[in-house]
Amino acid sequence: MENYQRMIEYKSYARVYLITFEVSILTTLVCILIGYPLAYFLAQLPQRIAGIFMLTVLLPFWTSLLVRTYAWLVLLQKKGLLNEFAMQIGLWETPVKLVHNMTGTLIGMAHIMLPFLVLPLYGAMRRIEPELMHAAANLGAKPVQAFWKVFFPMSLPGMVAGSLIVFVLCLGFYVTPAVLGGGRVVMVATQITAILENQFNWGAASALGVVLLIATLFILYLAGRMLKLDNVLFGRN
Amino acid sequence: MGFWKKPASETQITHADRLWLYVVALVIMLLMVIPTVIVVPMSFSDSQYLEFPPSNWSLRWYDEYFGSAKWMRCTITSLHIGVLTMIVATPLGTMAAYALYVSGHPAARAIFVFLITPMIVPVILIAIGTFYVFGRLGLNNTIGGLVLAHTSLATPLVMIIITAALRTYDLNQERVARSLGASRLKAFFLITLPQIRFSILTAALLAFLTSFDEVIISIFISGGVNATLTKQMFSALRDYIDPTIAAISTIMVLISTALLLTTQFIEARQVKK
Repeated sequence: MENYQRMIEYKSYARVYLITFEVSILTTLVCILIGYPLAYFLAQLPQRIAGIFMLTVLLPFWTSLLVRTYAWLVLLQKKGLLNEFAMQIGLWETPVKLVHNMTGTLIGMAHIMLPFLVLPLYGAMRRIEPELMHAAANLGAKPVQAFWKVFFPMSLPGMVAGSLIVFVLCLGFYVTPAVLGGGRVVMVATQITAILENQFNWGAASALGVVLLIATLFILYLAGRMLKLDNVLFGRN
Repeated sequence: MGFWKKPASETQITHADRLWLYVVALVIMLLMVIPTVIVVPMSFSDSQYLEFPPSNWSLRWYDEYFGSAKWMRCTITSLHIGVLTMIVATPLGTMAAYALYVSGHPAARAIFVFLITPMIVPVILIAIGTFYVFGRLGLNNTIGGLVLAHTSLATPLVMIIITAALRTYDLNQERVARSLGASRLKAFFLITLPQIRFSILTAALLAFLTSFDEVIISIFISGGVNATLTKQMFSALRDYIDPTIAAISTIMVLISTALLLTTQFIEARQVKK
């Protein structure tokens, strides 16, 4: 119990959880914002062509997380490609600090998490029957109206499933925040490792871990009530 | 141009009106791929520093990598563990998936969810738990211990792929074989297995990749002569940026691209059948 008490007393532990939730929520939001148009675009294409474009989502998915984190480190640094490019086209004048902070962490995390959102969402969109859109059009709905009234609500289960997977994975994420956050973005997993490495304090590390586990299971329980769990994992509705 | 003035489909707005969608999608796809392939030109740079595009080209980072006993040793360790994990996890996951799929027992669903928990629970928790238990058992820093831990991560993946394959397969075929006198085992090996063999291959490749790319558990439980490639890379990344990593990354990207294209090829053949 002592360990939990200390967790409540120590402001720094509460801060770690706040940052963890902040990063997880922001990453999920970014993934939804950029993942939805991408999945929509892919779901409209003929299956064969979509399959080829889909490789752009699958290739990063299959590539080592370390490699991608390293690549972002290279791209985002002061003299990196992104800064050079932005300065050339006049977006900003002096190099902007894009890495070893929250910005870098979010960019890297969103890149790694996007496939987990796009794959189930794409599957859900593919299963929406085009006849439904025709029916909506026949009943007088304008294209934009038909999208918001018919297509979007029907794609929601896929989006919720994908977002939950992304959120849960973010909660326990370690490598990317540790490297791209440069010690400034301390998430739960980073904190647990630090406690074990520096103080060898199993009690404190476990207490942090249990809270993380409870948070994860709680979200999955909610997900299970809303959608069938195995369907979430299979990306089916 | 006629194309842009036409609606995207009978129920949609014109291509011109949703030009933004195409632009956004293409930019996102580019952003997904660039960080994956950028390491390739980086790895041929002559410079100590990370610069792009490199001013001089050379193979020095490949020399550094292939010439280093330390990097070679951990690469071999990772390959070793990856192959062993694949060999253990593929049959294990296939058997579990098959059993749970055909049993129809009320508890089958619960057991399935229980068996795939390693995929759901944050890996950091698995890592510290494993580290603690293996510490007591003397399994830390051993090949066997790493294979065990990676198998627990790879097996759920195999189960999910095989279950998905079984869903598209008609189990009646196996019942026919059995009614014609084949034993259950024989029916499985002669009838079911050949039909899901492509999925098993995909599952095996993913099992290998899961182990080969795994970082967090390896950071905790591998060390000394049995340190994995990912562990070595992680410490090289966190402490200072060694350009040798660009060369290693390029090789890793090549491996994953080859494996991905293999599975896509397999899938295409499966669809054709």
